[in-house]
Amino acid sequence: MNSKPYVREVSKTTWFLSHPRYKRYMAREVTCIFIFAYTFLLIAALGALANGQEAFDAFVLGLGGPLGVLFNVVVLIATVYHSLSWFVVTPQAMPIQMGEEFVAGHIIVNAHYGAWAVVSLIILFWGM
Amino acid sequence: MAKSNKPIFWGLFAAGGTITAFVTPALVLITLFAAMRFNMDMFTYDSIHAFAAWWLGKLIIFGVILVSLWHAAHRLRVTVHDFGVRADKQVAIVVYSLAGLGTLLTLIFLLRI
Amino acid sequence: MSELQQRQIQLEVLRYNPETDTAPRYQTYSVPCLEEWVVLDALNYIKDHLDPTLSYRWSCHMAVCGSCGMMVNGEPKLACKAFIHEYKEGQIKVEPMANFPIERDLVTSVEDFITKLASVKPYLIPKEDKPVSAGEFKQTPAELKKFKQYTLCINCMLCYAACPQYALVPEFLGPAAISMAHRYNQDSRDGGRDQRQEVIASDEGVWECSFVGACSEVCPKHVDPAGALQQIKVASTIDWYKEHLMPWMKK
Repeated sequence: MNSKPYVREVSKTTWFLSHPRYKRYMAREVTCIFIFAYTFLLIAALGALANGQEAFDAFVLGLGGPLGVLFNVVVLIATVYHSLSWFVVTPQAMPIQMGEEFVAGHIIVNAHYGAWAVVSLIILFWGM
Repeated sequence: MAKSNKPIFWGLFAAGGTITAFVTPALVLITLFAAMRFNMDMFTYDSIHAFAAWWLGKLIIFGVILVSLWHAAHRLRVTVHDFGVRADKQVAIVVYSLAGLGTLLTLIFLLRI
Repeated sequence: MSELQQRQIQLEVLRYNPETDTAPRYQTYSVPCLEEWVVLDALNYIKDHLDPTLSYRWSCHMAVCGSCGMMVNGEPKLACKAFIHEYKEGQIKVEPMANFPIERDLVTSVEDFITKLASVKPYLIPKEDKPVSAGEFKQTPAELKKFKQYTLCINCMLCYAACPQYALVPEFLGPAAISMAHRYNQDSRDGGRDQRQEVIASDEGVWECSFVGACSEVCPKHVDPAGALQQIKVASTIDWYKEHLMPWMKK
């Protein structure tokens, strides 16, 4: 019928700048870099722990200072964003049917927020 | 069409996404407080060592670190692709090797505690 | 009365004539729109009064047929559901659906989607064949609820226009096709999941999805294809672990 449909190219490197929802998505995805880095910090702490009290105290001392604080603050923001973005889509991935009806999404999300608060308090209480 | 082997990694990614969503912010708060010298009685050698020396403590630490690593590694693989790097095989090898190395180190450290 | 509610809107329309153009270009039409109009009404006004050469698809004018999908101010929309009064600026940009080749003006070529949809066998494959005389296949309301939302898909392809993974990897089966497969997989009368998994569980199937969620945000029928795809990932992952770690367990 016609000879040449026109194909609009999409940039492979800057596509996500074209819409706010894509930027939100990329923000969610890059949280993994901070989780990755932080997990290696935990592994380093574990290594120090295995090397005895002196090594561990030196590790905690090294954690202090503006750089350590800044790193933890940045990671905190990233992980909280990860948690929020993860819980908010949980009802889509794991819907729950009770009897005939599906449980409303906001109930599942709020249940996760509640459990998150409880788990966080337990961890903080243990850490204090 | 062959069935994909992505489920191996996706399973760990999904488990890790859930676990990290629940526990990581609180863990970061603890290390942040330690970095700020907020409370000298927290994050001490004795309390953490006692937990890591306990078999269930070891298991929890290993589980959390394992799924955190593989969650982050798999999502990073996808993110690198999203930023336009098409060498998916090579990227996969690098990120999964990092996660594997972290897993191995965790295992060694835990066994020494 | 209607004079008061009338507003002059500048409609910036992407035009492309495959016989004469090497690339698309914008053409602006000044359209006297009534406030209760939708973008489709404005396009019809252009066609009837300003420029009969403008090409676009439409049929039902009531968000049922799924023909008039296009980009309205960069957002995938059904032109019949995009109300003029929601665009306060007085200027609206109308382009053909993103991620599809342009045939002419606002008409895109949809063969790719049709092929992909057919590949997932989007029809009932009964568990057991039985003659009509044996009676109906019964289903409880709870069983119906499991898939009803996915039956609302009208194949408008807005989800493909919104999906960046489809834009970046054209081989990706995409939201609507996979969510339609999910509709049949979830049907208690259906026994075709294993057949569909051959296509769905491949790399170009559900695994190309990274849960951007854009498909569900733009879906005019609230089908939530993104949810369907994640549920398929969960089920496929359980399949994989069963097959490889517990081979003695039959699915």
